[in-house]
Amino acid sequence: MAKKKVVVGFIDHPDRFLEVGEKARKLGFKKLNAIMPFAVHGFEKALGIKKSWIPKAAKTMLVIGAGLGFLLQAWTSAADWPINVGGKPLVSWPAFIPIVFESGVLLAGITTFLALMHIGRFYPYKDPNVIRERLTDDQFALLIPLEENGGQDKITEFFKENDIDDTEIVEI
Amino acid sequence: MAHTDIKPLDIDGHKYGGPWLGSHISMKQVTEDVYAPITNKPSRIWLLLLALSMAAVALLGYILSIQLTKGIGILGLNHPVAWGVYITNFVFWVGIGHAGTLISAVLFLLRQKWRNSINRTAEAMTIFAVMCAGLFPLIHTGRIWVDYWLIPYPNDRLLWVNFRSPLLWDVFAVTTYFTISLLFWYQGLLPDFATLRDRVKNKIGRFFYRTLSFGWKGEAHHWDHYERSYLQFAWLATPLVLSVHSIVSFDFAVSQLPGWHATIFPPYFVAGAIFSGMAMVVTLLVILRRVMKLEEYITIRHMEMMNKVILFTSCLVGYSYFMEFFVAWYSDEPFEQFVFLNRLIGPYAWSVWIMLVCNVVIPQLFWFRKIRTSIPAMFAVSICVNIGMWFERFNIIVTSLHRDFLPANWDYYIPTFSDWAVTIGSFGLFFALFLLFIKFFPVISMSEIKMILTNPLGRKGGKNG
Repeated sequence: MAKKKVVVGFIDHPDRFLEVGEKARKLGFKKLNAIMPFAVHGFEKALGIKKSWIPKAAKTMLVIGAGLGFLLQAWTSAADWPINVGGKPLVSWPAFIPIVFESGVLLAGITTFLALMHIGRFYPYKDPNVIRERLTDDQFALLIPLEENGGQDKITEFFKENDIDDTEIVEI
Repeated sequence: MAHTDIKPLDIDGHKYGGPWLGSHISMKQVTEDVYAPITNKPSRIWLLLLALSMAAVALLGYILSIQLTKGIGILGLNHPVAWGVYITNFVFWVGIGHAGTLISAVLFLLRQKWRNSINRTAEAMTIFAVMCAGLFPLIHTGRIWVDYWLIPYPNDRLLWVNFRSPLLWDVFAVTTYFTISLLFWYQGLLPDFATLRDRVKNKIGRFFYRTLSFGWKGEAHHWDHYERSYLQFAWLATPLVLSVHSIVSFDFAVSQLPGWHATIFPPYFVAGAIFSGMAMVVTLLVILRRVMKLEEYITIRHMEMMNKVILFTSCLVGYSYFMEFFVAWYSDEPFEQFVFLNRLIGPYAWSVWIMLVCNVVIPQLFWFRKIRTSIPAMFAVSICVNIGMWFERFNIIVTSLHRDFLPANWDYYIPTFSDWAVTIGSFGLFFALFLLFIKFFPVISMSEIKMILTNPLGRKGGKNG
């Protein structure tokens, strides 16, 4: 990820933050980003963030995991080493259901977590590159990139109009 | 720097902190309150409890080392009672874990706001309880050093595991349950670790929380994915929690033994698991909220909600008991009838009556609001339920086994010192982990509390999204 310059406006109240975010989007500012201590209700809509692909990935892996679970059981019980267990058929599918379910859930869950790690490029001891410590506590920041949005003046002008004096330019 | 506190929001001119939180909490206050116990010097009582728990863990290690050298004979198991206190503990601990998943996943899907103050603690309990649970089958196998044979992997013995055995379903269920619970819990912790990372002053703490927080920053894009994946986990964990205790019940129900062979087992076990798990959550939270000064977050109303769940599941469990006896009588099957009659008036009647009184009679007190909302009373009831549920598992396992089909195979099972020592040791392990958790981890999910704090009525639409 190449570093890029953004103008950061700091806002104290979540409702206010949503309003300003929405305004920015409606004025046509592109590639908006924000930093928040918690997920404010409705921020995706306000900032126009695309829907996450994680659920799709998880559902796909749920099916794949369940399929693999079944194949493992059927292959080991009927093909690789057929064993008669209590006179049951070799592919006694009702007895396989619990493990089919568990393996599907296991794969889906691991996928969900790894997808999140991949999206944020998260790993242990990663440098978080903190802009301001209050942003994980009780303050919100709206990030407007310089390049895509016609330079610094236009953006700071926008923040000023909305009574946000607390701004900064950072590379992220 | 302008410091504007978000005090209880003004809604229609009323000061309002939401129905589930104290009225003077602000976002900053949440961070302060959760952060305080982590930076304060450990209290004497905490150190004392940790020392006691560690002593129990040492005892566990000692007994297990003896078991390694001498074998499973140090336990009270005999013929026909091949399953005893070890398996009782296994089922007990798996059950304890279920309340955590109920609170974290099921209540999340049901949009219950009261879960937010207690989910972190309950999920931590799930993780630790499942660890204790997993220990028991692993040491019960006898040859602990070949436990990895339970995993299906291509091996030079040219053998696969028996996929038709409920015991193997259990291996998959418990490992899946543990993994999913851990990931779900950890994901919820990420933003809170980041908050702590940005506040901790000393070097070690910085390193510790920076490592754990994975570089979480709170960017909007990440939050979007985070919320989606959280929901995804909840959808996965909800059927999972039902499946796990169903599969644990299959260990018994799929066998042909009177007293075990019953179709009612899966729902009955799941209800019992939530029942005992909730009781354990109440037991711990009564102490925790007091010691860590979290009464503003874990209010009497939260406790009352949990007590209502206990009351409800108590009724389900009581109904299941009744149904078991009724069906045994109605079946007109002499062996089935004998087992249940033997439970009521046989040599183990004492433990069956402990179970009935603790699980069915005592929780009925929660019909009275006064008792539901009284801290000492709910503490006493929750302890009773913990005891009662332990004995429920003991009864199911031991009373069904100890009088086999032929009177020549009858025996009485008396747990030995080793049985009890390992039981106490598992409690020690659970509490040691729990104590470390409340000292070094954020015990309340800050990001979620702030979310409901700033949006107390959960309004959708409008300026609040």
